Amino acid sequence: MSLVDPSLLCNWIIFRDGRLQIQSGKVDIGQRISTALVQIVHEELTIPYSQIDVAPVRTGQSPDEGITSGSNSIEQSGHAIRCAAATLRCALIAVAARQTGTEPQDWHVEHGSLCLPATNHRIPIADLAAYLDPSTVVDPNVVFRVVDSENGPGPGMRGMAELVNGSFTFVHDLEMPGMQHARAIRPPNVNARLRSDETALEKWLEKDQRLIRDGSFLAITGPKEWPVVRAAGRLAAACNWDMCDGLPEIDVFSKLTAETAIRMPVVDSTPSNGSLPEPLLNPTAMARYERPYQLHGALGPSAALAEWNGVVLKIFCHSQGIYPLRDSIADSLGLDPSHVVITHVFGAGCYGHNGADDAAFEAALIAMQTPGVPILLKWTREDEHRWEPFAPAMAVELAAQIKVGKIGAYSAEVFSDTHRGRPRPGPDRAGPGKLLANRFRADPVGPPTAQPNLARHGGMHRNLDPIYDIPRKQFVKNLVTGLPHRTSAMRCLGAALNIFGLESFMDELALQSGIEPTAFRRAHLSDSRALAVLDELDRQVSRLPALTAQCGRGQAYAQYKNQMTRVGVSVDLAVDDHGRVRLLHAVIVADAGRVVDFEGLKAQLEGGFVQAASWALYEQVHWDRDGIVSKDWDSYPVIRFDNIPKIDVTVMNRGHEKSVGAGEASPGPTIAAIANAIFDATGLRMRRMPFTPDMILTRAIED
Amino acid sequence: MGACGAVNLTIRVNGQTHQITSDPDTPLIYVLRDELQLKGTKLGCGLEQCGACAVLVGGKTVLSCVSAVETFEGQDITTIEGIEATEVGRRVQDAFVKATAAQCGYCTAGLVVAATALLTETPNPDREATLAALAPHLCRCGSHPRVLRAVTRAASG
Ligand code: FES
Ligand code: FES
Repeated sequence: MSLVDPSLLCNWIIFRDGRLQIQSGKVDIGQRISTALVQIVHEELTIPYSQIDVAPVRTGQSPDEGITSGSNSIEQSGHAIRCAAATLRCALIAVAARQTGTEPQDWHVEHGSLCLPATNHRIPIADLAAYLDPSTVVDPNVVFRVVDSENGPGPGMRGMAELVNGSFTFVHDLEMPGMQHARAIRPPNVNARLRSDETALEKWLEKDQRLIRDGSFLAITGPKEWPVVRAAGRLAAACNWDMCDGLPEIDVFSKLTAETAIRMPVVDSTPSNGSLPEPLLNPTAMARYERPYQLHGALGPSAALAEWNGVVLKIFCHSQGIYPLRDSIADSLGLDPSHVVITHVFGAGCYGHNGADDAAFEAALIAMQTPGVPILLKWTREDEHRWEPFAPAMAVELAAQIKVGKIGAYSAEVFSDTHRGRPRPGPDRAGPGKLLANRFRADPVGPPTAQPNLARHGGMHRNLDPIYDIPRKQFVKNLVTGLPHRTSAMRCLGAALNIFGLESFMDELALQSGIEPTAFRRAHLSDSRALAVLDELDRQVSRLPALTAQCGRGQAYAQYKNQMTRVGVSVDLAVDDHGRVRLLHAVIVADAGRVVDFEGLKAQLEGGFVQAASWALYEQVHWDRDGIVSKDWDSYPVIRFDNIPKIDVTVMNRGHEKSVGAGEASPGPTIAAIANAIFDATGLRMRRMPFTPDMILTRAIED
Repeated sequence: MGACGAVNLTIRVNGQTHQITSDPDTPLIYVLRDELQLKGTKLGCGLEQCGACAVLVGGKTVLSCVSAVETFEGQDITTIEGIEATEVGRRVQDAFVKATAAQCGYCTAGLVVAATALLTETPNPDREATLAALAPHLCRCGSHPRVLRAVTRAASG
């Protein structure tokens, strides 16, 4: 947890020039964490939003909160900041009480001041801060203020005003005196090596440009951006690559089997070393669900700025884990970690581990060869599509025994490559080994061999265990390595496929048993909050227009990691004769406990729906022997405005329950609801994503 | 001075006239960002596939990432930085803020520009017309529903 270390109050909250500054180690990746943190501090201290800042996240200054991922920011950093703000309130009230000879319990906070009712004592919190004992420690058991966050306008999304007038700074927009632009020249595929020598390539450079090379890592720098882009294009065409073995042209789904896998039973959502369970005897139903390699596909390609002054390497990037990245880069370059300073700057939304860390390291590699010259490296669209770490292809095999309309026994076995491609220090130089450019350097490192993730609900086994009441359940995970592509964490990890599988399977089992799917789900749920979500979903859906010909409705329910946000999703869609799916209407109902930032939460749920709809209907990485074929938005289509349904979101506020993250809660049930709706419309059961017209027509022929 | 030698190229951006020193083959976006320091326009693909780089040219949405600056000679260009010059532009900006029509915001500049062009031409577009006008624009964060709400708000506001 974030609070353990450091726990000094001044590590989380400080005052500067009469303004409060929040220091968090979590970075804003479009999930509005900084907005939520401001809201939390405001709730505990009543200081106006306009007087609260969020400090830039920088190694050596910010608390080390690991990686911003897994929807944990609110639970971890949010909780830490709430404890810190509440501790501050109590400590300052104690100071005020002491100074005035009054009792602490008589004081309260209002509009950023401490007030003593029925007196004229009003002390601005910022004024009292100077009297605070700097050794004050955050009290993890401090009592929070009770506030109704639905009241009054929230702080408004930070940066929104700047985004609409073009003054918001992304890492791509950084500018420094003497800065040069850089582009990398990529090999055709990950196994190719550069044959050309520098002199043959240098003739393609333009005025004031430079070639940077380390083995097969090749880049170009220059003072103006377009000439660098132009020359990079010519260089790419001129390079002579040894293709070596190219990429294996395999059907990845045929490789997702137990044959070569590291197999482990999963007990209580945690992999164990125990013996593997026997397959379920005479199951009533069995099905296998699959997901191809997919992209994070950030709208803005990754970028980073780096400067080496001979002693200190400064990096500005949009990594989600600046401390692990710092250590991995320091190790790669033989520097002391304290000589590498990484500052987080906004990038485009990333949805997991995309090219951000690799771009940061590549900018650093280049900058090390240009001392004193800041280097702004930008990946191109093609770089991002072909070289980001993909979300792994996955499969899950489900089986169930049904007795009198209820599931008596259930088994799930999941197959996947690793979801842990993030650079972080570990055995066998795992940190450097996971940075892309290290594979191409003259002295190459990596890739490291993937090890099974043993964490509860970690990686591929996230949400493998159904949230339903089932007497007998068994689970197995299979880590399949040696597959063609580098993979890493993407929004939801295994939960996207596992929930798609489970919630499709629930519909299949219900229909096979002659029971209405929602009734079948309810029959297996005793959690009253889950049932309340389903009730609300019913209520909302009953108000939708009736379905017409060729239309279908599908629903799904899930609780992320079986312990975070509960979400019910309903989708109405139409499937035309060409197998094209048009989304018509979606209803999302969620329970995320105590809600901090209503708008932010709704945005996350809607955003999760849209991204998952894109995965479900469009997205799949293609490759051939020469390299990745999905290199832009034409060869890797994604959802666009013309297929966005009307979306209604209802959030059930549970003021007394713990706040839980919702950033990854809606995608899983969304995919399943779409598959279930396609079945409702066509009678075709789609078990492999994406549900493209081709796949739907193929399925129709198979049936 | 560009590699192709001295060319006198003039473009008008946000009401101001600029003598351009970049090479005439430079795609407009690099001139805006690199030479004129107008960094609000974003590059998402450089392939006219994502809409991030949209600007207004003569009031219409134009993608700035491929076409060379020389093709814009003498034309009136409005970037996101100049969008507030018109009443419609201000309404769109305001509606985007009120609807929180962004998550990471990388798509926002292009969408504000497109929405401004749409509402200038069609003050009250129906849903289909709005979807069609915005279809060239990608948003990977799934802010679409909020963007649509913002457009509705700006149209009625
Ligand atoms: S950057 Fe111009 S359309 Fe993508
Ligand atoms: S808000 Fe991130 S791409 Fe649209």
